[in-house]
Amino acid sequence: MAATEHISKQFEADLGTTRSRMLQMGGLVESQVLSAIQAFATGDAALIEQVIENDKRVNGYEVAIDGACNHIVVKRQPAASDLRLIMAISKIVTDLERIGDEAEKIARMARHIHEQGSQHPHRFPAVGHAAQIAVKMLRQALDGFARLDAASAAEVLKEDSAIDDEFRSVLRQLITFMMEDPRTISPSLDTLWVAKAIERIGDHAKNIAEQVIYIVKGTDVRHTSFSDIERELSKD
Amino acid sequence: MDVMDRATAAGMAPKLRIRDLNFYYGGYQALKNVTMDVPQGKVTAIIGPSGCGKSTLLRTMNRMYSLYPEQRATGEILLGEENLLTTRQDVSLIRARIGMVFQKPTPFPMSIYDNIAFGVRLFERLRPREMDERVAWALVRAALWDEVRGKLGQSGQSLSGGQQQRLCIARCIAIRPEVLLLDEPCSALDPISTAKVEELIHELTADYTVVIVTHNMQQAARVSDFTAYMYLGELIEFGDTDKLFIKPRKAQTEDYITGRFG
Repeated sequence: MAATEHISKQFEADLGTTRSRMLQMGGLVESQVLSAIQAFATGDAALIEQVIENDKRVNGYEVAIDGACNHIVVKRQPAASDLRLIMAISKIVTDLERIGDEAEKIARMARHIHEQGSQHPHRFPAVGHAAQIAVKMLRQALDGFARLDAASAAEVLKEDSAIDDEFRSVLRQLITFMMEDPRTISPSLDTLWVAKAIERIGDHAKNIAEQVIYIVKGTDVRHTSFSDIERELSKD
Repeated sequence: MDVMDRATAAGMAPKLRIRDLNFYYGGYQALKNVTMDVPQGKVTAIIGPSGCGKSTLLRTMNRMYSLYPEQRATGEILLGEENLLTTRQDVSLIRARIGMVFQKPTPFPMSIYDNIAFGVRLFERLRPREMDERVAWALVRAALWDEVRGKLGQSGQSLSGGQQQRLCIARCIAIRPEVLLLDEPCSALDPISTAKVEELIHELTADYTVVIVTHNMQQAARVSDFTAYMYLGELIEFGDTDKLFIKPRKAQTEDYITGRFG
């Protein structure tokens, strides 16, 4: 990335503002996921409502940041690293907004499960474990964006298979529960939707990490094997 | 070949091969060891800040500098096997093979028809009907025919700026050159005329090799297949336009095209 500043101070300011707003949005989305997971575990009704209400703010960020990206493209016709940054931000906000939707979905499932009085999810730590991995991936992808650190972003891509493994393991356990006691079918299905939402959050975090690599290296690593990505990153 | 990535260099057939080109305005050296290939049937854009030597480079390609005794060039510009800098060929024959269009439209003070026929008469003896066909052909190729077909007897200077510039391009291609050099051809034109000339540049690559100097980086990105970035008389980077504008290899190029150039 170019170290010097743009001749146009206004351009410099516009880029800086858009970048920081995207990070603010990332921070909000991360806390939405954490709150949703906590609400799933505890059934805290106030927290559930808060997550659902806050999703409107997430959506607002998406629209505003996309608008700012459009303005920069129209007014500045960015090139090279500026172009890659703007294109990537425009894609990342879509992934962040979808993560926000998944958090809201988890909150709604939590409300449904706890309204029915089921005790089932409390005792289901595997979902919590998958959630920890997803949040870690999201945080690391956003850190990679803030520091323009392609190597850190690449670590996120590696984690994605771990979260897929966790999801399969949750699925197997839920099937066992349901076969052993048909009364758990309804809460187990709700729990399955929560686990699926967490797995999707991991996928979106991976997409964000791929965009970070694009910004820094200028290489589109989507749909590329991890060994090819590592080879790409080892190039200067 | 440091300034150009190997994959790009390997994939193209050069029309002009420039080797170790140095150019001097009296004691001032304006080009320093420029080595590059101009690919055949493609548009090559030369960009860079004012005074970087891009127009000088263009002007050496058809010996425009020969008009001025204090200007000289060393090195090679090869068209086929012939070094244009040292050839004994008449410079007007070189310029018939390598035509040039300038920044400001320069129609001759004569009719639209004669603007085009004038240059053709210098090199070919055509019957009146053949000349009519040639004039029409050039105007069609320059995307001007529909606008002037009913008024070929009017003065070329009665046309709008954009039309005048397309008339100059028609005049240039009427003598069927191999290479077209365009020195900021749109800098005096409005956006609609610019779009028409850009569209024309794109179409011309079917028959010609085009080299365009432009201050407008978006124009370079739009019309060219290859882009050369020059700074202080040196060729800094030369490569595929798409690659150069998305991920340039040199930090200097990056600074210039992102507007960080101080």
